[in-house]
Amino acid sequence: MRRAAALLLLLLPVAGLLAGGAAEYVNLPGGKFRTALKYEDRKDDTRIAPFALMRKPVTNAEFLAFVQAHPRWRRDRVAGVFAEPRYLAHWASADALGAKALPQQPVVQVSWFAAQAYCESQGARLPTWDEWEYAAAADETRRDARRDPAWRERILRWYSRPSNQALPRAGLQTPNAYGVQDLHGLVWEWTEDFSSLLVAADNRNQGDADNAKFCGAGALSMDDRDNYAVLMRVAMLSSLDAKDTTINLGFRCAKDSK
Amino acid sequence: MKHVTRYLVLMLAATTLVLSACRGDDKAATATNATAAADSDSGGSRKGDFGPPQGKPIDAVLTSPPLVPPATGRKAPAKVIVKLDVIEKEMPISEGVTYTFWTFGGTVPGSFIRVRQGDTVEFHLRNLPESKMPHNIDLHGVTGPGGGAASSFTAPGHSSQFTFKALNAGLYVYHCATAPVGMHVANGMYGLILVEPPEGLPPVDKEYYVMQGDFYTTGKYREKGLQPFDMEKAIDENPTYVLFNGSEGALTGDKALATNVGETVRLYVGNGGPNLVSSFHVIGEIFDKVWYEGGTRFQENVQTTLIPAGGAAMMEFHMEVPGSYVLVDHSLFRAFNKGALGILKAEGSENKAIYSGKEVDYVYLGDRAQPNMTAVATAAKAAKAGELTEGNQVEAGKALFSGTCSTCHMPEGQGMAGVFPPLAKSDYIAADPKRVASVILHGLQGPVTVNGTDYNSIMPPMSQLTDDEVANITTYVLNSWGNPGGTISKAEVAEIRKTKPANASEGH
Repeated sequence: MRRAAALLLLLLPVAGLLAGGAAEYVNLPGGKFRTALKYEDRKDDTRIAPFALMRKPVTNAEFLAFVQAHPRWRRDRVAGVFAEPRYLAHWASADALGAKALPQQPVVQVSWFAAQAYCESQGARLPTWDEWEYAAAADETRRDARRDPAWRERILRWYSRPSNQALPRAGLQTPNAYGVQDLHGLVWEWTEDFSSLLVAADNRNQGDADNAKFCGAGALSMDDRDNYAVLMRVAMLSSLDAKDTTINLGFRCAKDSK
Repeated sequence: MKHVTRYLVLMLAATTLVLSACRGDDKAATATNATAAADSDSGGSRKGDFGPPQGKPIDAVLTSPPLVPPATGRKAPAKVIVKLDVIEKEMPISEGVTYTFWTFGGTVPGSFIRVRQGDTVEFHLRNLPESKMPHNIDLHGVTGPGGGAASSFTAPGHSSQFTFKALNAGLYVYHCATAPVGMHVANGMYGLILVEPPEGLPPVDKEYYVMQGDFYTTGKYREKGLQPFDMEKAIDENPTYVLFNGSEGALTGDKALATNVGETVRLYVGNGGPNLVSSFHVIGEIFDKVWYEGGTRFQENVQTTLIPAGGAAMMEFHMEVPGSYVLVDHSLFRAFNKGALGILKAEGSENKAIYSGKEVDYVYLGDRAQPNMTAVATAAKAAKAGELTEGNQVEAGKALFSGTCSTCHMPEGQGMAGVFPPLAKSDYIAADPKRVASVILHGLQGPVTVNGTDYNSIMPPMSQLTDDEVANITTYVLNSWGNPGGTISKAEVAEIRKTKPANASEGH
């Protein structure tokens, strides 16, 4: 019994590595989309070009493979300006996962720089906020479920739980209408343009970038009063610097569709 | 014209003298100066800077509710270091019900902060790595845009530092101001910071920290289990719970606030909201002083004080009588159906001169006819002195009858045909006058025939009436409306009370 378990443990990383070799992308059709954010220079719907998005967030196993192939992203070698000290700190060592980072769990405690480097190594990039919001507006059956209060409640419920439990594995949840998994309810995710989110939105509103970060700004920079689910994700991302990491922040990559 | 102006100045100066109860600034107080009127104010932030901090930096004492840190006791401005942790955690909100609170310091409301006007506060906001959300803090006691919010926006696993000088004395709310602000506040992210005036606050025996908040859960009030936040209810301002100190029972039972007779209690009460305004009241006490809105002046002799969402007040009262005093939001359904209840328990010996306790039981008296209770008091006095006359009894009985019996049997005993039997010229009473007392005490059910009409309904027993009262009512009925007359004594009623007839009713 014990032996079988040990064998399983040995096999799992291998399986993870195999999965890491060929990350699955889902093609999303382009379309018009009304973002929940308010841009004064964008009166009409946003046009989303067709793109491809990873089916699920990048896992520890996949990221380990990347770090092994690109040792300058090992936590003991990475430059301080690209990753804060907690970068991959939950891994057993610079090149091994350990008990707190199971192969199939999404990788967390990664900086934006590291995430971007990973995607580049795959010939991809991080999704833009627009792309991410577009994909994440879907539930299991509808491409735009944002008007459904039950959908919003489900998302908010995850937001309101602290991250003091072990993360589930990536790819556990039912795919959404596009076939993408885990956009909600697993980890926060970096976007390519995260650093411009609130500042840009608010500059156009009040001419005072800082206002976005406190009282009332939410109501001002949101077109959709009810869509707190989106707002809170924006708030989360905008609290971060590109070298920051948190224990519930991961990423997935995107590609332009040819 | 000149004359009139001078008169006005004098008037204003006089007003100033009356108002300047708290803080005088005698340098500028010249009655002939037209600015004299302004001297009744404390100067606000313009006079709140007492120079650079002196001595070594001090670590602020933070307390969890309902406790309040001790007075600073300082005479000079200091540098005070405040370290506040943001902790997201599941805690009980009611019995068997939990909620994921977002907290400042692990409690709802957050830790109480106490500084002195003119202090320089170095504030560290630390957001635990386990947090799902970024947070910040807006302290209403801060002078500067956002109240510190912009400078304290803190990602999970990070800490922010900013410094401010507390220029205005008062009791101030602090709260998280990260979007969506309403949700962060609804999850419990608020607390109080007291900025003492330079001379401090008058010493009292007990100080407590209470904060009201409204909570929105998807489940109903007291529905068991972990209850998620309900955004729709929050937008509709329809709370599931309205609570003091973040949970039902936070201030009751073993956790009731404690004091003693003879002590002066000061409450620091805030209202986090996010939506409701509180009509704060302590049942059985009158606030001797209320520093309304947490400001510099106090009002005296207040029953209920309004505490706005995002506002606070201090109130002080002296305890004369032991017992349990109930803290409520006097918007009463919040108190009794949504949880806004707390207890202040005063121990000590009774003071009958101030409050007697129950002397006479007048349950269910006096709505329709405004009974003249003087007659009842006279009868009670006469009975005690052994001088009770039939006249006393009839007068007292009349007053009691109009309060207790006339609702059904009508003011002149005429009853209501087929429903409530008449008492006037009643052959049923004439047949056995003493049964009047028995029916009052034990009620009556089943068929009876009165003056030729059949009745078959239920009269509940009025056993809450004392023997005295029953004797007086019976005597009144017997001597009214053509009934046979006679008296019945308290002793007779006591006997009748002991023997329950077969047709007694079960009550309501």
